[in-house]
Amino acid sequence: MTEVSVAKDTAPAADGLVVLKNVNKHFGALHVLQDIDLTIARGEVVVVIGPSGSGKSTLCRTINRLETIDSGDISIDGRPLPQEGKELARLRADVGMVFQSFNLFAHKTVLENVMLGQVKVRKADKKAAEEKARALLDRVGVGTQADKYPAQLSGGQQQRVAIARALAMDPKVMLFDEPTSALDPEMINEVLDVMQQLARDGMTMVVVTHEMGFARSAANRVVFMADGRIVEEAAPEQFFSNPRSDRAKDFLSKILHH
Amino acid sequence: MNVLLDHLPEFREGFIGTVLLTLASGLLAMVLGVVIAGFRVSPVPPLRFFGAAWVTLFRNTPLTLLFLVAWFVVPVIFAPGLNPWTKALLALGFYTSAFVCEAVRSGINTVPLGQAEAARSIGMTFFQTLRLIVLPQATRTVIPPLSSIFIALTKNSAIAGAFSVTELFGVQKLLSDKGFAIAWIFLWVALGYLVITFTISGLFRLLERRMGVAR
Repeated sequence: MTEVSVAKDTAPAADGLVVLKNVNKHFGALHVLQDIDLTIARGEVVVVIGPSGSGKSTLCRTINRLETIDSGDISIDGRPLPQEGKELARLRADVGMVFQSFNLFAHKTVLENVMLGQVKVRKADKKAAEEKARALLDRVGVGTQADKYPAQLSGGQQQRVAIARALAMDPKVMLFDEPTSALDPEMINEVLDVMQQLARDGMTMVVVTHEMGFARSAANRVVFMADGRIVEEAAPEQFFSNPRSDRAKDFLSKILHH
Repeated sequence: MNVLLDHLPEFREGFIGTVLLTLASGLLAMVLGVVIAGFRVSPVPPLRFFGAAWVTLFRNTPLTLLFLVAWFVVPVIFAPGLNPWTKALLALGFYTSAFVCEAVRSGINTVPLGQAEAARSIGMTFFQTLRLIVLPQATRTVIPPLSSIFIALTKNSAIAGAFSVTELFGVQKLLSDKGFAIAWIFLWVALGYLVITFTISGLFRLLERRMGVAR
């Protein structure tokens, strides 16, 4: 991890796109993130798994500072996360986020949802923004729903729109905070397919999920968290077939046979 | 009956005075209220403190006392030479803004947190998030309490009459001092207020229905 900090100043692009160093966070008495060190390389797909309450969602949300941290450093593309304000807003525009509960803007149509950030944040021309939005909606397979309101769409469709909304900002990295956990089983795959495609296209992704199939097939690396710590990091085949830690063995035995 | 017909110009002037004062102070209260509500939910602690102090001060002071302050303290310390109408506007506007602020804030609180998080995560600033995402969705819940607040404002504007601003309630004093039958004067004045307050609640009901369709 020390090499990373040296490299950060000289050649940010060479190493980690997202670098977390010695990150700590408390919720009251609960120490949710304990000495987290994590480096995510450009183009890498990192899947974070672990039991509930292990801090994986919090970890994901600290990367664009939706959650503040108590100590440690987080940097994106070589730049440390700024304080709340204009500069942080600019940085967040480069970090796409997909939420468990979709969070599409309820008072805007699907098309407007995907255009809004481009027009208001990137100051893009309306016409160009609409063209791009329609192309993205087609790409995630909801092009025909463009003029509907989010509430009129199924969960799977809403989540795909949310992915399109994030992609419209041309993010450097995409964060997925349990993107399929609120979906009916038959809709999970349509969202995972889109994410799968995104991973193949070389997007840098941090995915918090319970979908082990996705972790196996799309991840470059699996990060296993428990009790606020990163317990194990490994390539997916190695992690699933031969976990090193007892905590991971226990977790896998519970989810793989039920 | 005759009181109304014989003094139609006075009643008309009073009525218009009340309408104008209500409109102007309502507008001022609306603008201030939304801004202060923004302060109260902002991430900047000094702004939050200012917002809380504003609401505490103006919501907990009797309106008559605010009028007295506007008449006898404001001219001495802040701005000499304000005409009575402006002073009444300030007292009513500031007082009502505290209530508007709290109504707007309650509306903001009904918008799910995820909406603001999503807005921030695509790079919107706090101000953009509030203006483009949160406030539009808060509007629907804010309309019913706002209706009550503006009706209260209409009636509160009667205090200005006691401070010799030309408005509907002042007409009552003027005419009863001249010895006309009090019951009839009261009736006509009350009807005048009723016309204004009914109009307000009607407008807000219309607005509510419109918003209901828009979503």
